[in-house]
Amino acid sequence: MTDIADRPNAPDSDQPRASEPISTSSEWTFDLIRQYDEEIAKCAAEFHLDTYPNQVEVISAEQMMDAYSSVGMPVGYHHWSFGKQFLSTSKGYQRGQMGLAYEIVINSNPCIAYLMEENTLPMQALVIAHACYGHNSFFKGNYLFQTWTDASAIIDYLVFARHYVAECEERYGVDAVEEILDSCHALMNYGVDRYKRPAPISAVEEQRRQQEREEYQQRRINDLWRTIPRPDGDEDAVSLKKRYPEDPQENILYFIEKNAPLLETWQREIVRIVRKLAQYFYPQRQTQVMNEGWATFWHYTLLHRMYDKGLVNDGFMLEFLQSHSAVVYQPPFNSPWYSGINPYTLGFSMFTDLRRICENPTDEDREWFPDYAGSDWLETLHFAMKNFKDESFIQQFLSPKVMRDLKLFSIENDDQEDHYTVTAIHDDPGYRPLREKLARQYNLSYREPNIQVWNVDVRGDRSLTLRHIPVDRVPLGQETEEVLRHVHRLWGFDVHLESVDDGTVVEEYHCPPPVVDDQSSGAH
Amino acid sequence: MGMTHIVDRRLNGKNKSAVNRERFLRRYRHHIKKAVSDAVHRRSITDIERGENVSIPSRDIDEPIFHHGQGGKREMVHPGNQEFVAGDSIPKPQGGGGQGQGQGQASPDGEGMDEFAFQITQEEFLDFLFDDLELPNLARKKLKDTEAFKYVRSGFTTQGVPAKLDVVRSLRGAHARRLGLAGARRKKIREMEEQLADLKSAPDDLDAAFSHKDQIEALESEIARLKANVRRIPFIDEIDLRFRQHQKQPKPATSAVMFCLMDVSGSMTQMHKDIAKRFFILLYLFLQKNYKKIDVVFIRHHTSAKEVDEEEFFYSRETGGTIVSSALKLMHKIIESRYSPTEWNIYAAQASDGDNWNDDSPVCSKILADSILPLVQYYAYVEITPQDHQMLWYEYEKIMERFPQSFAMQQIADAGEIYPVFRQLFERKAA
Repeated sequence: MTDIADRPNAPDSDQPRASEPISTSSEWTFDLIRQYDEEIAKCAAEFHLDTYPNQVEVISAEQMMDAYSSVGMPVGYHHWSFGKQFLSTSKGYQRGQMGLAYEIVINSNPCIAYLMEENTLPMQALVIAHACYGHNSFFKGNYLFQTWTDASAIIDYLVFARHYVAECEERYGVDAVEEILDSCHALMNYGVDRYKRPAPISAVEEQRRQQEREEYQQRRINDLWRTIPRPDGDEDAVSLKKRYPEDPQENILYFIEKNAPLLETWQREIVRIVRKLAQYFYPQRQTQVMNEGWATFWHYTLLHRMYDKGLVNDGFMLEFLQSHSAVVYQPPFNSPWYSGINPYTLGFSMFTDLRRICENPTDEDREWFPDYAGSDWLETLHFAMKNFKDESFIQQFLSPKVMRDLKLFSIENDDQEDHYTVTAIHDDPGYRPLREKLARQYNLSYREPNIQVWNVDVRGDRSLTLRHIPVDRVPLGQETEEVLRHVHRLWGFDVHLESVDDGTVVEEYHCPPPVVDDQSSGAH
Repeated sequence: MGMTHIVDRRLNGKNKSAVNRERFLRRYRHHIKKAVSDAVHRRSITDIERGENVSIPSRDIDEPIFHHGQGGKREMVHPGNQEFVAGDSIPKPQGGGGQGQGQGQASPDGEGMDEFAFQITQEEFLDFLFDDLELPNLARKKLKDTEAFKYVRSGFTTQGVPAKLDVVRSLRGAHARRLGLAGARRKKIREMEEQLADLKSAPDDLDAAFSHKDQIEALESEIARLKANVRRIPFIDEIDLRFRQHQKQPKPATSAVMFCLMDVSGSMTQMHKDIAKRFFILLYLFLQKNYKKIDVVFIRHHTSAKEVDEEEFFYSRETGGTIVSSALKLMHKIIESRYSPTEWNIYAAQASDGDNWNDDSPVCSKILADSILPLVQYYAYVEITPQDHQMLWYEYEKIMERFPQSFAMQQIADAGEIYPVFRQLFERKAA
């Protein structure tokens, strides 16, 4: 990776290196940043990268820490958890344990990218290529982002949310708002529609509709909770057997927002805000490997293109490649630095290899990827970027060569066995199962427990029952009771959670905990 | 494309996270208060220039979410295979849950992962300290602003608030202006009046062609016009106003010495001493605000008094009876030998549980009134006891009546009551 002369996948250098380098010093100036950006943009256009307009913001290290701690939201409502994030970020930074954010880029239109003032010029160029052309084109092109997020509305929505939360704090007190936010955050991963496309978010629309909602919602909820029995006895008997909701609901926050009996209107609005943000971040959570891989592939390719044009010199490339190799370093499983598969490495390897499969296919590639081997690499890469998420991208494009290069293997840990089993490795019989297992690993509904709203005792004690469907007997974690307390706070009545494996309830959680009779409580 | 907008945000200010940080500290104030309280115990009373490290158990600040627990059957793909082939079985480590698949992360610096550690600033440290003392915000601010200023006159300015109007200056300016504006006209008026007088005194020519009548009329109307003009010049105009200007100047650095007197007889528990220590810290902070150089003298006593260092002052134990006057005598001796009241501002704080030999209390009273109070700026006595007062208190009450300007006393049962004593001190000194 550090040998510039021998680059297996660098773009063709058919053009003579005519130009003078843009700069030779590693000090950046605004003028130089502008020049680099212009040249990188030209290279990006050669590769048909379609982006939102860019807004590059130069910020200090302290500001980067601020940006870091607000999960990359340029404006956010206030919450202690962001403060906690800030404290740990700044501690790590001051001790020099942690390089600061390599880049932060926001899926908005214009696409906002932060450059840190401490960076050298080659680093600034790398970040511009990576964020402003890599991530940016991914945000604009990938179907999940197109479907689930509205880049032009997000900033306004964040401003709306911040104001709304601040207003609530003023009216109902910081503590009351904090409680609701805590509870919503606990359920944030269960605040998304996984399949149904949500309405796009818009701040103006939100404000307009907020009024209407206030009026109608309470009426709707009153309807749901009307306890007067219907005159028609037969119908009543039927409806008693029916569950509410009739089908399990995966979006728990949505269900709470619409049905929780006791929430005040402002509390419902806050549930809604957190839910909307969860939805906004949902595509990022599903495309980490692809998104980072795509951006890394493009900073690598674009800067090599710059080198081929003679716009940057060897010194620049050495510094750039050093950062690049640090980013795509994958420690092996037995290294003390190992903390799972590095998404930059996996994504970068996959896009790089996909290009190779198109340009220089082997027999193996022709067998595995008959549709792509020998095809136009740029078209194929764009196709892959646009139409997949991590799970399906790996399922579709993870090649035997990448599995060999990364020396992937899978291990099964069954609590009923006293040993681990190696189930597949990077060899002929292993490629397919390995690919499936890795793809599944990136499936959010496999990563996170499958928990849905199962039933509300509409006519009885109003209790809410959630149902957990375990996969391979994997139980819920230790914090479950804690999360249930948050559900209880939002719901206002008893909350039950049952793990149902193959029709049998294998585990139950209750909030508040069931009252034990005197005898057994005496034993405690 | 090519529509990149480059913005320099560096001047936009950092501290965007300040509110969130404050929210975090607020949420965990109990943990932090405890850390601050421990730090107060550990630190010297003059060591208040820095923040403090705080650790909170991670589980207390966890944000719970639904996640998979241990158990069941799980498969994970890992990189970097060396010698495994499919079907290999690897014995699980004994003892643990047998999870061990990259879930638990080792801490890089050996610091326990179950602790969330962070730093609070000096300002935050003081805030939490004051919180403990129930110190109101106004006093807090006064204590935290270590730079003290006074306003000194620095000439005059044309703008200001009415309260700062300098009447003499303004009128002098107005007078000059009137002279300046009216001078030429007055001269002209004088000339014309002379002319007029001449004309009037001369016999008028009967011949209408040579009559002075027109001339007189013309002169009279011109004089009237000029006089009206002069009258229109305002007596005082906005531009005449002069205001006294004041400038902030750091208060001159002077020296203060703070005497800490404490009873360390057997009846004073560590809890008493900790309360006393907070009181002394407050006094130190107060003095620090006003003086550049502060000496602290620690005098402990039981039946006899001794000048000691801080460590010994707060943390060594003694038993035996109590003779307060011994400390007062020693204090007086130290003032005479080292701290001349002409060069030093002398403050003293005495902490005790009120216990004293009854015979000694009138002696204390006499020493205070005759030798000490005339030399000191302020003498504060705090009695740390929930119980009834003893002889010393009643003797001191008499002192307070005689020296209301320089003597204050208060009973303290717990840390929250330290402040009232202080307020007395502030109110008087701030005025």
